[in-house]
Amino acid sequence: MHSFGYRANALLTFSVTALAFICAISSFSDKFSNQNPSAEIQILNINRLKKQSYGNDEVSLTLDISADLQSLFTWNTKQVFAFVAAEYETSKNSLNQVSLWDVIIPDKEHAKFRIQTSNKYRFIDQGHNLRGREFNLTLHWHVMPKTGKMLADKIIMPGYSLPDAYK
Amino acid sequence: MGWMGETIDSIKSIQIRQLLTQAISLGMIVTSALIIWKALMCVTGSESPVVVVLSGSMEPGFKRGDILFLHMSKDPIRAGEIVVFNVDGRDIPIVHRVIKVHERENTGEVDVLTKGDNNYGDDRLLYAEGQQWLHRHHIMGRAVGFLPYVGWVTIIMTEKPIIKYILIGALGLLVITSKD
Repeated sequence: MHSFGYRANALLTFSVTALAFICAISSFSDKFSNQNPSAEIQILNINRLKKQSYGNDEVSLTLDISADLQSLFTWNTKQVFAFVAAEYETSKNSLNQVSLWDVIIPDKEHAKFRIQTSNKYRFIDQGHNLRGREFNLTLHWHVMPKTGKMLADKIIMPGYSLPDAYK
Repeated sequence: MGWMGETIDSIKSIQIRQLLTQAISLGMIVTSALIIWKALMCVTGSESPVVVVLSGSMEPGFKRGDILFLHMSKDPIRAGEIVVFNVDGRDIPIVHRVIKVHERENTGEVDVLTKGDNNYGDDRLLYAEGQQWLHRHHIMGRAVGFLPYVGWVTIIMTEKPIIKYILIGALGLLVITSKD
């Protein structure tokens, strides 16, 4: 009853249970944080709207993105992954989401930023539906914790549109 | 030397009934582990409710050795979700983020493109020959939660199988030679 084996077993079981409990509680504590992020995106320029040689429409644009995501960080946050996606509807597809730019925010200091950039990923349609197309720009974020449940949300900014002709 | 004699004595003194009881309790433990695993598969709706992160393509968010909890629901797949998918012809599942979604109006079928956060380019290189998009049936689940470091046990046992055999051998020896 008091052998080394029994004691080691009891110690191991207890420490694993305690660790699991602490992980669960720290994940639960995220529910009490008050979050109010804000963001604004402006399109500085539509650089090109063209038809690719093998068929689909492609857009290249320059964006001005400013955001304040500092309130998303808690003590249990490892990083926040933020990305901007263009969302639009066409006759063939009820929803298209194309990610244009993303960033990994490792801590609170970097969470308030303003950046001007051209789109990191190519904005290609399935077809020729981009001329004159209206679309939303949505800033999504994904809070990745040190341990536990992940949280994702977004801000939708409607009202952007593309030129009526290729350029 | 005394320990060796003791072990041999204890092996000799095993009775059939005791041996069968021990075999049955071992079987019960293995079966209840299997029941819990299958129940998890039912609850989360995913074929593998827990996966181990094997590569560094999602760093610094997920490091090699972390485990991910998956959940699969009928909700449509949207950009930003972290999904686990199988490519035809490869048996190792990949955990990456969805960056493009094109959903058909009538059928609700969806074309999905994924990319690892830490990779430079998207996953088209990883897909099967000629495949440009993933579809719903490729996707095994969405990652909803994670625990760091716990998956290293699985990685070590897979990459150095000799450790697995040593562990099982030692466990078996312990079961046989223990007095209760």
